[in-house]
Amino acid sequence: MLQMTALSKIYRTEVVETYALRDFSMEVKEGEFVAVTGPSGSGKTTFLTIAGLLEEFTSGEYRLDGVDVRGLNDQRRSRLRNEKIGFIFQAFNLIGDLNVQENIEVPLRYRGVSGAERRKSVNEALERVGLSARARHYPSELSGGQQQRVAIARALAGRPRVLLADEPTGNLDSHMARGVIELIEELHRDGATIVMVTHDPELAVRAQREVHVVDGQVVDFMAPPRLAAGIEARQ
Amino acid sequence: MFGYYTTLAVRGLRSQAALTLLIIVAVGVGIGASMTTLTIYRGMAADPIPEKSSQLFTPQIDNFGPGGGEGPAGEDGLQDRLTYTDAVALLRSHAAFRQAAMYATPRVLMPTDPKLRPFDIRVRATSGDFFAMFDVPFLYGTGWTSRDDTDHAPVVVISRDLNDRLFAGTKSLGKSLTLDGHEYRIVGVLDRWQPIPRFYDLDGAFNMPEDVFLPFNVAIERRMDFGNINCRKAVGGFDDILSGECDWVHFWVELPTAAAVAEYRRFLVNYAAEQQRSGRFQWTARTRLRDVREWLDYHHLVSNEVSLLVTVSFSFLFVCLLNAAGLMLAKLVGRTSEISVRRALGASRRAIFMQCLLEAGLVGIVGGLLGLLLTNLGINGLRSLVSEEGRALLHLDAVDVGIAVALGAVATIVAGIYPTWRTARLQPARHLKTL
Repeated sequence: MLQMTALSKIYRTEVVETYALRDFSMEVKEGEFVAVTGPSGSGKTTFLTIAGLLEEFTSGEYRLDGVDVRGLNDQRRSRLRNEKIGFIFQAFNLIGDLNVQENIEVPLRYRGVSGAERRKSVNEALERVGLSARARHYPSELSGGQQQRVAIARALAGRPRVLLADEPTGNLDSHMARGVIELIEELHRDGATIVMVTHDPELAVRAQREVHVVDGQVVDFMAPPRLAAGIEARQ
Repeated sequence: MFGYYTTLAVRGLRSQAALTLLIIVAVGVGIGASMTTLTIYRGMAADPIPEKSSQLFTPQIDNFGPGGGEGPAGEDGLQDRLTYTDAVALLRSHAAFRQAAMYATPRVLMPTDPKLRPFDIRVRATSGDFFAMFDVPFLYGTGWTSRDDTDHAPVVVISRDLNDRLFAGTKSLGKSLTLDGHEYRIVGVLDRWQPIPRFYDLDGAFNMPEDVFLPFNVAIERRMDFGNINCRKAVGGFDDILSGECDWVHFWVELPTAAAVAEYRRFLVNYAAEQQRSGRFQWTARTRLRDVREWLDYHHLVSNEVSLLVTVSFSFLFVCLLNAAGLMLAKLVGRTSEISVRRALGASRRAIFMQCLLEAGLVGIVGGLLGLLLTNLGINGLRSLVSEEGRALLHLDAVDVGIAVALGAVATIVAGIYPTWRTARLQPARHLKTL
């Protein structure tokens, strides 16, 4: 589903070159739930933005759902991003001027989906996150947990091939965070491919597999014992 | 997507309302200032008779020769009027489809109604073809006939305003008017008519048309004097002016086809050559035939000051648009997070560019409407400062409205290209990290 091989990202100034990612290789298979962990400045967010086609990489190879994304123009990258990827941000990133329904519609609008289909997808996504009654509400009228659920609904509405989550519970209190992570786990159980960046070890253990990044390099792959045991039990 | 972008643009107007308002005001003030001067310019430079301006011509004959005479002449040294001798000769030749000799002769009208006091009126002595040639509209009756011209018939056509004043707007055909002790029978009453500029006599190009029109031959016969006159050498009385080399008669012809124009040019050349052969001219007299537009250009009717004013006001619009561009940039910077999110959700740079540019266009249209309002205020302010004649120049028409709104939209879109381009190029990853 998501395959990075010997990928590097270098930020250059006139006097210095900084490697955000160095010889970074990683593969996420369809249906996997992977946590990417690491200390601040390790490169995990850079990984996420490159994976989400929001940033270009300097060298290496990246295939998203079989498509080599290197050298794609902005139009094609945007289309690919719109069709294959759903984002869940730490700060929710809902558009304040749009109500819940309109926020969820945004990716579908850019895909040119008809009005009737949009409404159907939005309703399904809202139902999935348990916020059908809030369709006409504005983000400022919702709690943090509800806003993140709307953001998840927005990511789901376009039926993406992979969900990229950046510290999805970082801005929530523990009660709301529990609700959101349970929703993410539920999505995974239903077959979604999820890549979650976090520095929270408690959150990371909820994933099927953890990838630890330090100084822009993958240093360890590990399967959290509790979840691995659960998966084995399911299999 | 256009409908979606339009919806977003309307929402965009409401978000950051204070900045939006400042942009609209900047655009509106610039448009208001430039449109006010442009309206004056358009009034002065307008084609006064667009449906026929390419068929109406005025001839010039170089009767002063090398060295010229007293008084003003055009850049080419030609006088812009004809002598009485030439005017009568051209009239008698009937070389044009229609032709009219004319001059202005201000008079004092003695009303028959004892309750009315005598008052000054503008009188034009002309030929009967004047009315048909210039498509003059009539409220009642018609102009006089060619036979009235040759018979020296004492008839007049009066303006609607004079008819209102003397006859309370009633149908006054057949009634009499007394000028200089002579009675004239009214054969026609004009409807509203004010060609701007008054191309057929540019002495007072923006003056109101005449109150009374009467036959040229009658005016000469009754020795009605004239205003501007330009003689090669000093002359004595009325008869000397008629027979001497004095230019004072405006002359217009209607030539409906290119062939007729060519034929009339040849006729003028031959006429001048004939005058040379007869010993009147000691030089090869040049002739010119100019249509209405050429005539207005020849007279530089739009002064350099007005052109300069338009340039200055459009420079001001440019400054306003620079301000608007800066404000738009500030507004779009304030929406960086929203635009980054849209990019993350699949909007291409082109989509963001189109969305922001459409919003700029919408702001421009609203700014154009504000500019139109300010133009209207400016025009009305100027109207209260100028004479009645000048007011005719100062009005807004549908074309002005279209220009103001289109100018607002186009100018704002142009001003918005850089901020919009910059916004579309922003790196969403950089901004999403900090959200």
